[in-house]
Amino acid sequence: MPNNSNTSFTNRVALITGASRGIGKAIALELGTHGAMVVGTATTQAGAEQIERYLSIAGIRGMGIAMDVTDPAQITSGIKAVQQSLGGIAILVNNAGITRDNLLVRMKEEEWDTIMQTNLKAVYLLSRAVLRDMMKEKNGRIINITSVVGATGNAGQTNYAAAKAGMIGFSKSLAKEIGSRNITVNCIAPGFIDTDMTRALSSEQQQALTQQIPLGRLGTPQDIAAAVAFLASPAADYITGTTLHVNGGLYMG
Amino acid sequence: MEITEIEQRIKKIVAEQLGVKEDEIKNESSFVNDLGADSLDTVELVMALEEEFECEIPDEHAEKINTVQEAIDYVSASTSQ
Repeated sequence: MPNNSNTSFTNRVALITGASRGIGKAIALELGTHGAMVVGTATTQAGAEQIERYLSIAGIRGMGIAMDVTDPAQITSGIKAVQQSLGGIAILVNNAGITRDNLLVRMKEEEWDTIMQTNLKAVYLLSRAVLRDMMKEKNGRIINITSVVGATGNAGQTNYAAAKAGMIGFSKSLAKEIGSRNITVNCIAPGFIDTDMTRALSSEQQQALTQQIPLGRLGTPQDIAAAVAFLASPAADYITGTTLHVNGGLYMG
Repeated sequence: MEITEIEQRIKKIVAEQLGVKEDEIKNESSFVNDLGADSLDTVELVMALEEEFECEIPDEHAEKINTVQEAIDYVSASTSQ
């Protein structure tokens, strides 16, 4: 287990939303392996149990909680439970995200609103909920998982790209607001990562995509988790308000 | 709780939070105009008051606490209930 001074999260509590699978799970395991106490959220109780299972197999202290990240009451009670059993949250990773792709001319309001709620409003609600503890500690890390399409745009994803670009503006503003309290706010923008979300693409689509990636492959959840661990670590003390692109060269910001 | 005790405890918190000397803090001092607080300082000050006096100050009240005296008034009213 790596345990040098650059990656020491011992006894710090990290909250990762959308942690039952994919990128969120990789982030939870990565931070936990570096010594953090890990809290993963999932939308269902079954998802929360899944999180508890993989944390316990990996020997990581932490918990899984069922939480609808668009519901302020559930966020408040979930965070209270974490504070009572593990302590104040020092690292927040807003990872939960969904897609409702459609051409704009056919996009229903429900498809637009759902994406804004889950991908953008949740970031506001969760950040607000953890800020007091971070301000008291004069220390904290907020890491928002955005997307390359927030920077490049993508046909069929006006809603998703708008929410992801919104996260970047949010992060820059909050970084300015609370920088004086030693709290950093950054984004990580994954490119095309091999998860359930990208597996929904046809193999022709996947092939065409891979041809545009200088490093010649889709990314892995681990590629993103390593970048999160870096931004959460003391090595990134002086980095705030930035977006770190992790995309194999697909887009160079 | 005696008003003088509340006053002393509040001035001590204000001094700690804003990094000013206690004897520079008057009851009529405005946190922002006289004591150099920015908007985030005033939020933290309210958080510190909540902790010190074990009470919850709703945002709509917090916005009205701009001076030391207003803090004293709020705390003495809410702790006498």
